[in-house]
Amino acid sequence: MMRFLLLFSRQGKLRLQKWFTALSDRDKKKIIRDVIQMVLVRPPKSCNFLQWRDLKIVYRRYASLYFCCGLEQGDNELLTLELLHRYVELLDQYFGNVCELDIIFNFEKAYFILDEFVISGEVQETSKASVAKSMEEADSLQETMEEYRNKPTY
Amino acid sequence: MPAVSKGDGMRGLAVFISDIRNCKSKEAEIKRINKELANIRSKFKGDKALDGYSKKKYVCKLLFIFLLGHDIDFGHMEAVNLLSSNKYTEKQIGYLFISVLVNSNSELIRLINNAIKNDLSSRNPTFMCLALHCIANVGSREMAEAFAGEIPRILVAGDTMDSVKQSAALCLLRLYKTSPDLVLMGEWTSRVVHLLNDQHMGVVTAAISLITCLSQKNPDEFKTCVSLAVSRLSRIVSSASTDLQDYTYYFVPAPWLSCKLLRLLQCYPPPEDGAVKGRLVECLETILNKAQEPPKSKKVQHSNAKNAILFEAISLIIHYDSEPNLLVRACNQLGQFLQHRETNLRYLALESMCTLASSEFSHEAVKTHIETVINALKTERDVSVRQRAADLLYAMCDRSNAKQIVAEMLSYLETADYSIREEMVLKVAILAEKYAVDYSWYVDTILNLIRIAGDYVSEEVWYRVIQIVINRDDVQGYAAKTVFEALQAPACHENMVKVGGYILGEFGNLIAGDPRSSPLVQFNLLHSKFHLCSVPTRALLLSAYIKFINLFPETKSTIQEVLRSDSQIRNSDVELQQRAVEYLKLSSIASTDVLATVLEEMPPFPERESSILAKLKKKKGPGAVSVNELEEGKREGGELNGGGDRGGDSSAIAASNASTPSPSADLLGLRTGPPVTAAAPSAGSLLVDVFSEAGVNDDGFLRDLEPPTESSDSLLAEGPGDSDSAPPSVVSEDPAPPLPESNELLNKFVCKNNGVLFENQLLQIGIKSEYRQNLGRMYLFYGNKTSVQFINVQAKPVEPLIEGGAQVQQVINIECLTDFTEAPLLNIKFRYGGALQNLSLKLPVTINKFFQPTEMASHDFFQRWKQLSQPQQEAQKIFKANNAMDTEVLKAKLLGLGMALLENVDPNPENFVCAGVIQTKAQQVGSLLRLEPNAQAQMYRLTVRSSKDTVSKRLCELLAEQF
Repeated sequence: MMRFLLLFSRQGKLRLQKWFTALSDRDKKKIIRDVIQMVLVRPPKSCNFLQWRDLKIVYRRYASLYFCCGLEQGDNELLTLELLHRYVELLDQYFGNVCELDIIFNFEKAYFILDEFVISGEVQETSKASVAKSMEEADSLQETMEEYRNKPTY
Repeated sequence: MPAVSKGDGMRGLAVFISDIRNCKSKEAEIKRINKELANIRSKFKGDKALDGYSKKKYVCKLLFIFLLGHDIDFGHMEAVNLLSSNKYTEKQIGYLFISVLVNSNSELIRLINNAIKNDLSSRNPTFMCLALHCIANVGSREMAEAFAGEIPRILVAGDTMDSVKQSAALCLLRLYKTSPDLVLMGEWTSRVVHLLNDQHMGVVTAAISLITCLSQKNPDEFKTCVSLAVSRLSRIVSSASTDLQDYTYYFVPAPWLSCKLLRLLQCYPPPEDGAVKGRLVECLETILNKAQEPPKSKKVQHSNAKNAILFEAISLIIHYDSEPNLLVRACNQLGQFLQHRETNLRYLALESMCTLASSEFSHEAVKTHIETVINALKTERDVSVRQRAADLLYAMCDRSNAKQIVAEMLSYLETADYSIREEMVLKVAILAEKYAVDYSWYVDTILNLIRIAGDYVSEEVWYRVIQIVINRDDVQGYAAKTVFEALQAPACHENMVKVGGYILGEFGNLIAGDPRSSPLVQFNLLHSKFHLCSVPTRALLLSAYIKFINLFPETKSTIQEVLRSDSQIRNSDVELQQRAVEYLKLSSIASTDVLATVLEEMPPFPERESSILAKLKKKKGPGAVSVNELEEGKREGGELNGGGDRGGDSSAIAASNASTPSPSADLLGLRTGPPVTAAAPSAGSLLVDVFSEAGVNDDGFLRDLEPPTESSDSLLAEGPGDSDSAPPSVVSEDPAPPLPESNELLNKFVCKNNGVLFENQLLQIGIKSEYRQNLGRMYLFYGNKTSVQFINVQAKPVEPLIEGGAQVQQVINIECLTDFTEAPLLNIKFRYGGALQNLSLKLPVTINKFFQPTEMASHDFFQRWKQLSQPQQEAQKIFKANNAMDTEVLKAKLLGLGMALLENVDPNPENFVCAGVIQTKAQQVGSLLRLEPNAQAQMYRLTVRSSKDTVSKRLCELLAEQF
């Protein structure tokens, strides 16, 4: 089971955090700090896995953004690497040529897509088409653009 | 894709995010956030009722602020209100806020649960999924209490939509993990198992995670899942790569489902039903065969997915541990991966082989790869892979290859990364003990360990060697001889002194016949180390001395004299003083018989678990995996451990432990002595001295690490008062002011790490240094250019004496705590002829030594360059070239600086740009550099930008002197 998923930039700025077990805010902050630091100092072309405390850390860099998750001992590293890739594909499918800015400005969407894909640290749906369909259905329930435009900024 | 996407959903939110991103400093960001928080608070408190849209927008802003790392203490109520909105997007944001930010505020949980309950019963699948995701994300006990009964019903109900089933299965998994007592087994459980047969692959993928977890806890109840899983797996494995449509991932059919099925089967022993088992073996063989087929795609995704299944199948084969055929095939496959060009596969192969090594069928097959693994340990570039190689060597070690493996691990230790040294030391110590055929090899190995990595040898390790020597009389003579020889080394680690003191105190008599190691020689040898040791070691040595008086009556007067000296009997340390006083008294009033009884040889230690093993168990990580197996090994090979036949008399031990001043009590009882903590600081203080003498310049950025192997000599430096050749009063206490040319000397080393730091007619100081992240190590070589001795050398942690023409080495460990400007001072004093020489130099430690090069593309470079646009972040200098403007020389210098030299980034090919990150303990400082040569004017313009102003300034100063 995946314990957490973190997205952070090369500058070490956290872009998304998802926790699949209950932890105190203090523990979360410590993990975030340690993991980001550990991953960022690794030279390019290093292996994508490392052992950290009792967890396996699996990470991959996409352009300026690192996707990184913590796994329990029995979990499959290679498949998790592809899970990260599938998540990137889902984001890309939704945003169209996704970049870090999309995730900064639409962080809530990144969370919604993740919820369609992974729950309780386990993959729930690996089909791109199914996830896309769920997101589409959700978006069709959005208010129309005009409605939004008419609202005041603040 | 949907036009509604991209942040035009909530303009206010997008504006706010832009504002934050445009903030030039942390302070500005905090100011902007506080303004926003005040605004939101007033809106929430205001009299005017907010519409759903505004509420959603503000809640979303709060969420964003929280994700930036700020605490949020309000807005929960508004988020809960959103849950009951009819508008999907409002509900969705409400749930997201709850999922990310909920705390166990029971009042709120009740309201949240109410909203969830409504959505679950809404029969709107989208709403139901939202509610289920929220339960899965929060997973609190209150939620389990409220919904653990309801969710199984949703999961197995005939009319539930597939997407809802998927969410329900994994939601239940979370509740079962947090509160297993609340999820009651029942009629639904058998129906859950049959979800393995579901038409919808997504449903199977989700349900199987739940089934696996339930099977682990209740294997009998879910036993039927085995045959279902096998037939499902068989269908997938035999399907063509396109059969499964969207569930085919880069030409690999359903990799997630396959892996989960193989994982589920690992909860059970091999199937008893012959047909099922045959089918499964067939699947596993097919998977192994597929690995040999040419790839269907060159994409890494294809090979990763395929290999993920392969590794999972190998795990299952190892789990079954009953099919020799498959085990050997698995081992061969992993052997192929050991040499694969993909680092990831090498890493995983090493990891898998570790478990394979413990199987009796494949242990031998694993052993055939020993050379490859040793090679990996030596040559892998990535430390995490080397760590795996070390783990595997440890796992594959047995009596036949122990000598080779221990030798390789010892030699690796000399260069091993700091982070894994201690674990390596423990492993070597355990292997040496477990597989020792002769004890002399064991003693040699441990003493080598102390010599090579003394600082990483924990107390447990040297306690253990003593326990074993005490318990085995056939090794005692050899041990005495070997420690005696080891102590001869001009510099030996304090741990060696401890072992030596203990063993000679017990068994020195065994080698006393040889005039070269006569009692007095032994004593003088030990005592020559005394002053260099920390308090606990000194205490141990004092006990060894009193034992000497018993063993060798002829040393009595010499030792009594030592005990009687002011430095012992009036020692400021109460423990040392007490020992000196009591031992002196004991030796003068007790009769020989009494002495012989009190100071008798230590009784054998009781048979006990190796303290080292216990220590390794405590350490987390892969090393602990094979501990069980190791213990078994120890029981068989327990002959090393003295054996219970000799060690039964534990009451004798207790008695001798009780009489406090008796040496037997404290030789291994250092923990009970008061100054345990003194050990580390006293070792450290010597090193700190080097820097603290620099007075004002030592602003605390340097401090010693645990001193590594080679610095063992520095721990044992002679104090000024102890040199018999020069009266201490002559020595001036004040360090000399730094040499006027020391700045120049410093500049020589900005772009290089090795060279001669200083030279005059008498002395040459050479430097070699290496840096890794925020750590560094510097070797100083003091060469005496004259033909006479320098005495009373005062660079503190060096040898007290440098022979004419000789060279001594000193090691300094460096840790960069934060950025700094001034280099630390090195103060050196020594006597040449009659004259005291006193000089101060700047150690060539400059901030750029801690650079980690960063490669980046042109686009990234200029984007970051722009981000560092505040005036104080930039430092610029225009200066005249001091040397010829040779491109190659410039490149070499810039590389020596430690940054990455980026090609094809600057539009002007004449210019150089570099990027790097300075690693300090406190923070990382990203720095960019641009050097623009103007050949006509023989001038340079140098611009440095970094996230910290002091760093930019310092780098600019340093570099301006280089070209």
